[in-house]
Amino acid sequence: MNKFSFVDCKTVDEALGQLNNGATVKAGGIDLLDLMKEGIVAPPKLVNIRNVDSLRGITVSKDGLHLGPLVTLSEIAAHPDIQRTYSGLSDAAGHAATPQVRNMATVGGNIMQRPRCWYFRSTDFDCRKKGTSDVCHALTGENQYHAVINNSTCAMVHPSSTAVPLLGMNATVELTSKRGKRTVAMSDFYVPPEKSLINETVVQPGELITGIFVPAPEPGTRSAYQKYGEKESFDWPIADAGIVLVMDGNRCRKAAVVMGVAAPTPIRSAAAEAVLTGKTIDEATARAAAKAAMQGATPLSQNGYKTQLFQTAIYRTVLLAAGQMQRDPSAIG
Amino acid sequence: MAPETMLQEAQDKSTTKGAQTVARPKGDGVKRDSQTPSTPSKPGPGMRSDSFVFGIPQNGLEHIEREVPVSEPPPLPQNSELTYVGKPTVRYDGPAKATGKGKYTADVHLPGMLYARMVDATIPHGRIVSIDTSAAEKLPGVRAVHVIEHVYGVSELRDPKLETPSRYPIVRYAGQPIAGIAATTQQIADDAAKLVKVQYDTMPFVVERNAARSPDAPVVFPGPADAAGSAGGGGGPKDVPQKGNVHGPQRRLKGDPEKGFADADAVVEAEYFTQVQTHSALETHGFVVDWKPEEVTVYASTQGTSSVRNEFADVFKLPKSKVRVITEYMGGGFGAKFGAGNEGVVAANLSRKANAPVRLMLDRRQEHIVSNRPDSHQKLKIGAKRDGTLTAIQLTSYGTAGVGTGAGTAGPATNLYKCDNLLTEEYDVFINAGPGAAFRAPGHPQGCFAFEQAIDELAVKLKMDPLVLRDKIDESPARRVERQVILERTNWRNRREAGADSGPIKRGMGIAQSVWYRFVNMNSSCEVRVSRDGSVELMSAVQDLGTGTKTILAQIVGEEFGIPPAQVVVRIGDTRYPIGPDSGGSITAGSITPAVRNAAYQARQQLFAAVAPALGTTADNLAMQGGRVVLKNDAGKSYTLKQVTAKLPTDEISARATRAPEYSKDRLTYGGVDYVELAVDTETGRVHIEKVFGAHDCGRPINPTGVISQINGGILQGISYALFEQRIMDPKAGYMLNANLENYKILGAREVPEIEIALVENYIAQSSTDAAGIGESAGIITLAAAIGNAFYNATGVRIRKIPMTPANVLAALGKAQPEVEA
Ligand SMILES: Cc1cc2nc3c(=O)[nH]c(=O)nc-3n(C[C@H](O)[C@H](O)[C@H](O)COP(=O)(O)OP(=O)(O)OC[C@H]3O[C@@H](n4cnc5c(N)ncnc54)[C@H](O)[C@@H]3O)c2cc1C
Ligand code: SF4
Repeated sequence: MNKFSFVDCKTVDEALGQLNNGATVKAGGIDLLDLMKEGIVAPPKLVNIRNVDSLRGITVSKDGLHLGPLVTLSEIAAHPDIQRTYSGLSDAAGHAATPQVRNMATVGGNIMQRPRCWYFRSTDFDCRKKGTSDVCHALTGENQYHAVINNSTCAMVHPSSTAVPLLGMNATVELTSKRGKRTVAMSDFYVPPEKSLINETVVQPGELITGIFVPAPEPGTRSAYQKYGEKESFDWPIADAGIVLVMDGNRCRKAAVVMGVAAPTPIRSAAAEAVLTGKTIDEATARAAAKAAMQGATPLSQNGYKTQLFQTAIYRTVLLAAGQMQRDPSAIG
Repeated sequence: MAPETMLQEAQDKSTTKGAQTVARPKGDGVKRDSQTPSTPSKPGPGMRSDSFVFGIPQNGLEHIEREVPVSEPPPLPQNSELTYVGKPTVRYDGPAKATGKGKYTADVHLPGMLYARMVDATIPHGRIVSIDTSAAEKLPGVRAVHVIEHVYGVSELRDPKLETPSRYPIVRYAGQPIAGIAATTQQIADDAAKLVKVQYDTMPFVVERNAARSPDAPVVFPGPADAAGSAGGGGGPKDVPQKGNVHGPQRRLKGDPEKGFADADAVVEAEYFTQVQTHSALETHGFVVDWKPEEVTVYASTQGTSSVRNEFADVFKLPKSKVRVITEYMGGGFGAKFGAGNEGVVAANLSRKANAPVRLMLDRRQEHIVSNRPDSHQKLKIGAKRDGTLTAIQLTSYGTAGVGTGAGTAGPATNLYKCDNLLTEEYDVFINAGPGAAFRAPGHPQGCFAFEQAIDELAVKLKMDPLVLRDKIDESPARRVERQVILERTNWRNRREAGADSGPIKRGMGIAQSVWYRFVNMNSSCEVRVSRDGSVELMSAVQDLGTGTKTILAQIVGEEFGIPPAQVVVRIGDTRYPIGPDSGGSITAGSITPAVRNAAYQARQQLFAAVAPALGTTADNLAMQGGRVVLKNDAGKSYTLKQVTAKLPTDEISARATRAPEYSKDRLTYGGVDYVELAVDTETGRVHIEKVFGAHDCGRPINPTGVISQINGGILQGISYALFEQRIMDPKAGYMLNANLENYKILGAREVPEIEIALVENYIAQSSTDAAGIGESAGIITLAAAIGNAFYNATGVRIRKIPMTPANVLAALGKAQPEVEA
């Protein structure tokens, strides 16, 4: 690991003042430390925001849910109001990574973690995304965990579990810099590789996430999230689904079907949502929606199985959201 | 390494070094007329005849006469009649481990110690043109640099002249060590390592087994090359042909397989694939070396203090008396930690150059590259009569041990069941990847995955219950009892037709059996000291790699002196003490415990002789009974050990003893039967192991708690192998992509099923303790096969490739496009 300086900040202004010359924000430090140990990033300075009190706290009000970016995944998972009203988010936070990681990981850091691709995360390789070569090794190499949708430029995946329900729940992110504040919808937050290989999110250097807001759900809303992979714990998702249904009795009035590690960024499936909207939710419609979500998939040489896994993840999570199925013992985390 | 080879190796050792004897039977130490005559002839000179408890309690114990040296202690009765031996005993060093007081090699801190970092090759194949260490040497804090001249633990060309001589070894795999740097801090050593400039002349490479077999594949070695095994086994056959990268076959023929297949009523034939598994010990390979002119002290994370001393002496041309090796606590080896290795040699060179102690521990990435269990591609065919009798077995296997050899898989096919017609052909395939090494039951998990599934398939074809078929073909009396235990204590009787569940989740059960061999190392000695204050200590160079050796040694000494094991002071893992065996091949318990008992017994006899006059009696009138010293002729009189030692005329007495040769020449095996219940989610490809029941034998269990703990560990490692672990190489770059613990997936707490173990005692009358190791036959061999058989019972589909990840499971179930087989 490189040598670096470390500044501990108590306020947002202090932190913003320190964010210069390649300085990097450190929240829980889980992903950042990994990247530094592997030599993928070598920031000269870490700006520790963990002690900025104003960035903590969960507030549930009539208009919705306010999360400070330093709220940990464990705190989200344990919060009774979130469990009740935003259950998809509680599921996602509670089943990401491991208990130890969830105790340290912040929601701001979670949506800001860098993508997963073993070529990206190894200094042995130059690649298209790193800007050091024209090649994407995943397209022709070992790609069993890579993206099955929008994967022709760079087939990395973004593993944030919380981003999946946040996208389905129309959350917004508040960004603060020395120039002021701006609010970005989750649907605009991630930047796909076709638009930029350098920026994975719209967050600019010198900007800090200072809040995440989830609008109060419409009456009849039910949500769920499930993650699938190889191991029960200490493992990354290979397929995950976040489902938000606005129900009118048995009939689905509106649906959001979000997939986590299907593409380089979390994405919604309009095709799947169309299948569910206006229908009575049962296993057949859930399976039809799942199938629709994978219709346009373009699997690589080794990840064809992910299209099957996504279909399972989606149909079972639709049924879980609709209250027609228990949490799936095959889901992990 | 295949057991036949292993056996051969062991025998070679015994002839060349006179150190090791091997005994392996056809069955499990059953009385056989030819070998164990019921009326023994008169004992030879220096020998006497003793009557030993013999057999398996479930079958009714018998007694057997054996001729033993007169210096041997009297036979032990069965466990139920003993006080400490055979009783569940807490781990001797458990508290020290749990509280962090136990010092592992990485915890050793010596005054003035330096920290080292290895510089590794960044290409998979090529010549080193130049190595420039000047920038590294100039970095403040750097104290020594050593450039490697010879790489240990890899195959060597039979004809070295095929390669142009060079100052530097040829690089044959990415991560091959090139140099080492010692500095005052780890950070400086790490930084300095990055400043070493290596210029390469790259050569074409291949990292896939299948691709490497092709006639036009780049060759890893320009001619035939062989790897030596370690004290733990590993290494492949030497006198075999080699074409390109394909080394072999090692061919074994028995009877007439062709005729056997012609005579068969049913034949099964299939191909099986297993992956490369890395050892991934929690404590990485490493050493602290303190090189002083008068003595080189080596703190080693090793399975063999003796093996380390031998290799240090060999490499540095030192008398063994000047090398001291210490292993107080050990964080796992699984077969890969013997000898000095490249790390040890580099650490020693650095220490000598810097004139200071040097610590060199590999990092996690290096740990993944330093050793592995080879993969396999096996073609297996078995023929049988309608009643199950096996008529022929034919196995062809290809496996890669990277730049090493030892990928044979024929052990189970050769040694589990009776079959008169057998042909096995084992090939090693060289690729540009880190070397294979002995790994818990070398060759057997791979071989068993194929063989025990094929036997199951045969049972289906013959419409026989898999347990009944094994009753027919398995000659081992211990496994017969174990199958009975499985039948009685598991759900086996409720086993359903294959694929009986209609929903996406399908449940099933399966079993598989293992075989392992009794190896004994005669380098097994011990000293036992008794002090006037009643304290007792034992000393041996043997090491405890975490398997509980200290505990069983304490139990044995405790039994002789009538004191609880926790009161015995166990000093082991230091070559200053009498020599101990290296721990590989489940050798330790069976080798060292007799030496310890003999020393304890002799010390006790000395004690009795020394104190008898003061007690007003004679030594032969004293005995140990129920934890007290009693007078045989006066039932009313008895003493505690302390009361007796207080009468010692000197402060201390001590006895040193060595293990006697095996009491009979029977060739013994151990084994086990493991039962698995699981659920397969056919839509996610997840395999959920719900229950494992293991029935195992290992001679006389000394500490049932320890034995069960070993079996639990073997079962978990076996599940991990079957479901999760696999080395992933990038074929274009030649690097390992998952040389970490994030993407190299190992079973964790949440994947642990309910486990139940039944131990089958098997008295074999082979030594003064009758102990045997359990490390290899402890579940690692069987689990993948048992899971495969349960998978079939659940789904009606045979899974012939591991690990059973969602990708491989869905492919087996026909739901996803299988990737092209590498
Ligand atoms: C074995 C394992 C399994 C895992 N599985 C999962 C999983 O299933 N699902 C999942 O979601 N995650 C998973 N993770 C990842 C883990 O959840 C993330 O690494 C963690 O959430 C990151 O949060 P952090 O607070 O530690 O972020 P940090 O490491 O501190 O920061 C991450 C990035 O975000 C930036 N950053 C942090 N806070 C802010 C802010 N307020 N404003 C601007 N930038 C900011 C940092 O500069 C850095 O670039 C896993 C991790 C491990 C080790
Ligand atoms: S998927 Fe993206 S990050 Fe990975 S190798 Fe390809 S371009 Fe690089």
